Amino acid sequence: MPILEVENLSISFNQYTTGLKQKNIQVISSLNVTLEEGEILAVVGASGSGKSLLAHAILGILPDNATISGTIKYNGEVLTNSQQASLRGKEIALIPQSTNYLDPLMRVGNQVRTSVRTGDATLAQRAVFKRLHLKQNVEKMFPFQLSGGMARRTLLSTAIVSDAKVIIADEPTPGLDPVVIKEALSNFREFADNGCAVMLITHDIESALTIADKIAVFYAGTTVEVAPVENFTGDGEGLRHPYSKALWRALPQNEFIPIPGSQPHPSALPSGCLFAPRCIKATAACSQQQPEMRELRNGMVRCIHAT
Amino acid sequence: MIPSLKVKNKEQKMKLFSLNRRQRTLLTILFFAIFLITVVIVGAVLDKDLIATNLIERNLAPSLDHLFGTDWLGRDMFTRTIMGLSLSIGVGMIGAVGSTLIALTLGMAAATMGKVADRVISWLIDLFLSVPHLVTLILIAFALGGGFKGIVMGLMLTHWPSLARVIRAEVMQIRSAEYVQISQQMGKSRWWIAIHHILPHLTPQVLIGFMLLFPHVILHEAAVTFIGLGLSPHEPAIGIILSESMKYLSAGMWWLAFFPGFCLLIIVQAFDRIGENLRLLIDPTKSNN
Amino acid sequence: MRKNVGLKIGIFLLLKGLRMLTLLVAICLISFLLIKNSPIDPIQAYIGADMLKVGPEQREKIAEYWGLNEPVMVQFLNWGSALLQGDLGNSMTYRRPVADIIGERFLNSLVLMLTAWILSGMIGFIMGVVSAMKKDTWIDRMIKWYCYTLASTPTFWMGLLMLIVFAVWLGWFPIGLGVPAGVLAEDVTIADRIEHLVLPAITLSIIGVANVALHTRQKLIDVLSSDYVLFARARGERGFTLFWRHGLRNVALPAITLQFAAFSELFGGAVLAEQVFSYPGLGQATVEAGLRGDVPLLLGLVIFSTFFVFAGNLIADLIYYIVDPRTRESRML
Repeated sequence: MPILEVENLSISFNQYTTGLKQKNIQVISSLNVTLEEGEILAVVGASGSGKSLLAHAILGILPDNATISGTIKYNGEVLTNSQQASLRGKEIALIPQSTNYLDPLMRVGNQVRTSVRTGDATLAQRAVFKRLHLKQNVEKMFPFQLSGGMARRTLLSTAIVSDAKVIIADEPTPGLDPVVIKEALSNFREFADNGCAVMLITHDIESALTIADKIAVFYAGTTVEVAPVENFTGDGEGLRHPYSKALWRALPQNEFIPIPGSQPHPSALPSGCLFAPRCIKATAACSQQQPEMRELRNGMVRCIHAT
Repeated sequence: MIPSLKVKNKEQKMKLFSLNRRQRTLLTILFFAIFLITVVIVGAVLDKDLIATNLIERNLAPSLDHLFGTDWLGRDMFTRTIMGLSLSIGVGMIGAVGSTLIALTLGMAAATMGKVADRVISWLIDLFLSVPHLVTLILIAFALGGGFKGIVMGLMLTHWPSLARVIRAEVMQIRSAEYVQISQQMGKSRWWIAIHHILPHLTPQVLIGFMLLFPHVILHEAAVTFIGLGLSPHEPAIGIILSESMKYLSAGMWWLAFFPGFCLLIIVQAFDRIGENLRLLIDPTKSNN
Repeated sequence: MRKNVGLKIGIFLLLKGLRMLTLLVAICLISFLLIKNSPIDPIQAYIGADMLKVGPEQREKIAEYWGLNEPVMVQFLNWGSALLQGDLGNSMTYRRPVADIIGERFLNSLVLMLTAWILSGMIGFIMGVVSAMKKDTWIDRMIKWYCYTLASTPTFWMGLLMLIVFAVWLGWFPIGLGVPAGVLAEDVTIADRIEHLVLPAITLSIIGVANVALHTRQKLIDVLSSDYVLFARARGERGFTLFWRHGLRNVALPAITLQFAAFSELFGGAVLAEQVFSYPGLGQATVEAGLRGDVPLLLGLVIFSTFFVFAGNLIADLIYYIVDPRTRESRML
């Protein structure tokens, strides 16, 4: 049984713009994702496609002006707001993107200690720092004094000390040198091998492919395909959705062909399939309505033409 | 099911008034603007005879005949108050216009005329902010021999610094915008750019700043007049009314102080509301709400 | 390392001091010129109603005695060099050295301002925190309404209301006068002083609360919507714990700084409150000096109030410089 299931999740924001005109912006629409224990699921997609909001929605920490629909199940049970509140930090841990997510006026050691649920917080924090090769004096530092790699490991250690079963990592790799990236990713593999479920939200497909078990391809606020990592080989003939194929081919080590056009802005989404305006296979039927997610060859796809 | 039904009901109730936030904001601005204009007009039109000395009706507490009571000379306090408010708004207007012009000139100069000008102007701003506001006002009022001229000059010369800073920052931002850079490369003159690109973008900010200057200007005018260095005792100013009332408070004539001050508060609030709502309309992200 | 920090703070203070000096010289010059150009005749203001009895010769003598016949710049230099030696001149109305009067008055004002400053700072901070934590509830709306209303309230009118309610109606406090009339200065007891301090201090506090409260509210709302608070919530923190761990430390510093930087408004408020309650402080002296044309006293007060405001700003800067780890630790590393 999957430990975390997200079904039909939609998130929209209500905003006032200049002149106080009200605007409703749909950032995530009918998104489906499942997460199994011992598995790494990578959610990949271009920057600005609303991936971080997926993480925030699972934890129940979206801002007040967000409207959310759909269900999120944990261990087979539908999560309510209060359950989300009691799970976060205990069962589900978030690893955020950057040092901005650390309190600028609090020493990092103390911040890691606040995540410890049982036992001696100081001991737990020191043990984790040692395991992640952080020097003892780092715990006395303030976030602005950390290097990129140190910050990365500090954020990671908050998740480790919490003993959570589900770990959601939001863009854990940008701006880091390859050695640190490799180290971070191997940490995630370790988590999964110890029985945790890891959701890796990233725009870096290459890195994701090296450790993930499944890849969910994210486009304009929804998942267009969920595929086992093995499908990402050759020229992508194993993939199901035209966007996934194009994304795969656009990688430098493959054909390096960029996809023409750009991702639609959340306030101006096309009526039918979200990818139709940029799709080479698009037909009139594609713009009729958004295709449902369907099972196909041991994966999922949201395309009427996929075979 | 039940919660969703409830929500619908509430929405329908809101529909009855069928006003969204934008319309409510506009209506608030309109309401306060009409209110202020009414006060000014009534103050100007009111019969001066009503505040003539009337020894029969002295020291009367508020009643239907005299809403705000009468003073020791039998003058109707309601009339005096409205005239005072009208005067306050007038003086506030002159002060706010003057300050805004100074702020606009210096803010634009600081942002466009090079480093030296910028340094000099920021030093000048510091200079004005380093003496307590009220002390500067007293000093200027004293230097000009008090009275109308002194207070108005004082108000104009002391309220520009913060707005000048806002304008300077705004102009700097516009100047670095791409379309301005392009105009510059196309050989448009400084003046052309200032008039065609910078001024139009600046107008909303200046308008908000101007409206939000009023409350300060009006309060400071009343304060300086109250301590005796502002408008002359012959003017029906709120500051004068309140400072005269001090002598009669111990005799229990609370209405002499209460109503005029309260009305001043309402006027100041009205300007504040207009300013804040304008800001909400033009730039919702920077608003306090 | 310690020494290094001391040195840097020393340089920081020196730069601030230099800037202050240029401003101060300019303020002295401008104030002096302004006052010299005043149509208010200092001799007439000095002599007052007896002016008719004073003949032109006597007038000339007084003018010569005060050096009023010399060119303005010479007068300024004379005054300035005396100033550098710590001599602010003699007050015309009190016929005593200006420095003595300011010193004595400042003590009175200090008690008043300090009381109001601490009260308004603490109450305002708490109000701002409550308001931000309970954003968009009735309590937030009440606090916001109170603050916006108070921001439009004339300080002296609030003082008058206090007088009406507590002195006239309830009779709890005396009306006016910093010391009881007819009692010698040395016989004034501490109880008397406190009795005369309460109303002006409350007036100033009631008004002063608004600024701190609104600022703290906004700051805390910003902090609560920051990434690090989002992450703290993701780790299961909420409510009071969240505020205590992350809110307080990030909001307290700007609030304290703001209080120090508000010395200018504090002084302005004190001028008005002292005038309403006839409290014998600096503010009242300023008003009297202005009304009676006491030039040396007015100049002395302008300079003193500048120092006062400068001190507040300097402390505010120093607090940031010393307390905030982002500036403190980066200097040490």
